Amino acid sequence: MSTILEMRAITKEFPGVKALDQVSLSVAEGEIHALVGENGAGKSTLMKVLSGVYPHGTYTGDIVYDGQVQSFGSIRDSEDEGIIIIHQELALVPLLSVAENIFLGNERANRGVIDWRSTRNGAAEVLARVGLDEHPDTIVDNLGLGKQQLVEIAKALSKNVRLLILDEPTSSLNETDSEKLLDLLLEFKSRGITSILISHKLNEISRVADTITVIRDGAAVSRLDCSAGISEDDIIRDMVGRSLDDRYPPRIPHARDEIAMEVKNWCVTHPLHAEREVVKDVSFYVKKGEVLGIAGLMGAGRTELAMSLFGRSYGAHIRGEVSINGAPVHLPNVRSAINAGLAYATEDRKTYGLVLDDTIRRNVPLANLEGVANGIVVNNAKEVAVGNQYRDRLNIKSSSIEQETVNLSGGNQQKVVLSKWLFSDPEVLILDEPTRGIDVGAKFEIYTVIRELAASGKAIIVISSELPELLGITDRLYVMNEGRFVGEMPTEDASQEKIMATIIKSGDQA
Amino acid sequence: MTQATTNTTDDQPKMEVKSSLSFLRSHMREYGILFALVAIMIFFQITTGGILLKPVNLTNLILQNSYIIIMAVGMLLVIVAGHIDLSVGSVMGFVGALAAVMIVNWDIPYPIAAVLCLIAGGIIGMAQGFWIAYLRIPSFIVTLAGMLVFKGLTLWLLAGQSVGPFPKQFQLISSGFIPDLFNGENLNLFSLFIGVAVALLIVGLAVRSRMEAAKTGSIEEPITFFVAKNGLIFVALVYMSWLMADFRGLPNVFIVMALLIAIYSFITSRTTMGRRIYAIGGNEKAAMLSGINSKKISFLTFANMGVLAALAGLVFAARLNTATPKAGLGFELDVIAAVFIGGASMAGGVGTVVGAVIGAFIMGVMNNGMSILGIGIDWQQVIKGLVLLAAVVFDVLNKKKG
Repeated sequence: MSTILEMRAITKEFPGVKALDQVSLSVAEGEIHALVGENGAGKSTLMKVLSGVYPHGTYTGDIVYDGQVQSFGSIRDSEDEGIIIIHQELALVPLLSVAENIFLGNERANRGVIDWRSTRNGAAEVLARVGLDEHPDTIVDNLGLGKQQLVEIAKALSKNVRLLILDEPTSSLNETDSEKLLDLLLEFKSRGITSILISHKLNEISRVADTITVIRDGAAVSRLDCSAGISEDDIIRDMVGRSLDDRYPPRIPHARDEIAMEVKNWCVTHPLHAEREVVKDVSFYVKKGEVLGIAGLMGAGRTELAMSLFGRSYGAHIRGEVSINGAPVHLPNVRSAINAGLAYATEDRKTYGLVLDDTIRRNVPLANLEGVANGIVVNNAKEVAVGNQYRDRLNIKSSSIEQETVNLSGGNQQKVVLSKWLFSDPEVLILDEPTRGIDVGAKFEIYTVIRELAASGKAIIVISSELPELLGITDRLYVMNEGRFVGEMPTEDASQEKIMATIIKSGDQA
Repeated sequence: MTQATTNTTDDQPKMEVKSSLSFLRSHMREYGILFALVAIMIFFQITTGGILLKPVNLTNLILQNSYIIIMAVGMLLVIVAGHIDLSVGSVMGFVGALAAVMIVNWDIPYPIAAVLCLIAGGIIGMAQGFWIAYLRIPSFIVTLAGMLVFKGLTLWLLAGQSVGPFPKQFQLISSGFIPDLFNGENLNLFSLFIGVAVALLIVGLAVRSRMEAAKTGSIEEPITFFVAKNGLIFVALVYMSWLMADFRGLPNVFIVMALLIAIYSFITSRTTMGRRIYAIGGNEKAAMLSGINSKKISFLTFANMGVLAALAGLVFAARLNTATPKAGLGFELDVIAAVFIGGASMAGGVGTVVGAVIGAFIMGVMNNGMSILGIGIDWQQVIKGLVLLAAVVFDVLNKKKG
């Protein structure tokens, strides 16, 4: 088999971060090539380099495709060569029809006037090739996610695809739809279409892949040939193989015997798709003074769990029981959750955490304005004192508390969010990806604050996709996958391999 | 602690002169609009040969713009909360008509009618706020519908005709002046006294809050800047009240307006409610996740807007001494323009009551000045439109730079 694609020594830097470091990838014509690695390892970045999202010149290294060095300036350029990428978040226009979506940007038209007959016939033809029995005039929004995924693939086929890249195509599909999709890839292979499959689901990969490239921390660490017979354990070891150094403050156990919060049989369905249960019968507890971790892949349902607990900020048909300090509580809205002693620091600080145009001083007391007011009148002196107190305590680097939070670095923004919740004085603090996108120094400071809070008797729940972080700062871990808690372990017994194995085995059973 | 204090006092004198200017530059967004108003006033004062600031004209200027300013205060809250209200002109006209029908046709005593009108305004605001806050219908659409509905209802209520005149007492709402308790001869001494007292109060409050800030060490404003600013405010207020005292004294509606400005400035800048309005306008999702009931607050801003539009309707009807089907037509645009000229952001979360009032005065002074100069209504519109655009462009560019 000849090589259709060779990426040589690709290096891509963002300000302050080297996302890809001398990554090489070689894909043979007509094979299914799997790309695996942890969240943030650099898989998606590599594919964006390949497809021209990051144009030629913004990276170093060569892309050799079809025997020629390519310099794609845009997605359009790579598509003209038959390289089509299907992103994790589908790029369909929900209120247009299937046929319109398939030919979007590539309309079958005569001098600007759409040729509807050719559009419908062309759509029907590619729909038949992907095995989707829907009328081309159906509005995309009326299709389930699995079918929408097939429309995306049909769209790729309409562009004469030669190299199809799928970024976690099955992450939001159910079992049957996933099976169908994988079968389709195998069928494409028999027709000579090459695929690159990015996935976390190792069972799927071992089913369809011919070759696997493992990426870790922005570098390609191994290339495995599936015909030689490889085990999932090999893949996992390559994925997570890095050591824990002293990036974490010492973990002195503070957990007391009192339970701070207990959740029983928590179920949540998707707010728009009533048939999709995103949190399935989850029960857990956290003790006072304990740092509890919830591990899992993106889309496992961790944020949905946390937000639904926090005053039903997410989801529909929420069922289950919550008790705080032994007493059952009913938390129908955020205010009641805060009053009950719960706090939730979001994973997306810009969208859900901060009023960016406002100053540090005005953001910090937002969840507890009563704490800086006399009656309904804000006491300026108190507000300033509180702002300064948290600015000092969390070492928020800023010109003063009058600085607008939009101008702070990610780490300092995160500290403002944390300050806001500390000032609301919670019993149980849920931190969702508390260190996402921030530098190592700020991470250490945040870890230190977390351990201090535990020492003072607070219960902390940390949700993180970074396993080393969870292993470094938590006392006990739950593993979540596809809406369920699939494992529980004391952190001292846990390892990245063990957690990944728990996730993958639970995926196999489902 | 003592170490730190001595250090800062050592540094201060050196920084002072430079920092007054640089402070001004970094706060151009806040003060630019005030400078614009002063510049426009000076311009028209010169070109009209001193007519602009003649006591009778100044008094007229305030009477002419009082209803716009009253509504701008409410509109500011609506816009800061991230919404818009296009219906205020129609609601104002409707309430004026309602007042006329109640007082003139049905002989309901005017104080009762006035209270009923304010209640009606509140109910109208709540009705619109309900769709916007609780059912999440975009405010642009709900209030566009409201604009048509109340324009129609005004016509229906008045049966297409003007209704009037109002009793003398009712007219005093906007044509009355506060009595001179001190019996000045050519000057309304009591009005002057009130002007001086208010000016002293404002400066006194500024000094007090600066001293409070000094205690916590969070002063940003350089002292020379502070003194110059408050000195100018004091002189301007005293001068204006002297001018008006020279005519017939302070108009009743001026007192109403001043009270509203003071109350709403306080609400927006100093109360928890004010904070919450800015927070939901700045980032509604973050505010909701901080336990702020954004639905209730949006609802209340519209209810409040309804009451203020009703008040403006009463003032306007009293001023014209009649309710006409065309009352309030297009006023919503003047009100919204005033708020945006005053530095509010279309996206919400930004803006001040004082800014909106200054914005309204800019529009008012230009209307008045251009009319005195005999510029036709055609070019007046063109110029006002360009000024609105210029103000917002200036604001956006300033924000980008900062």
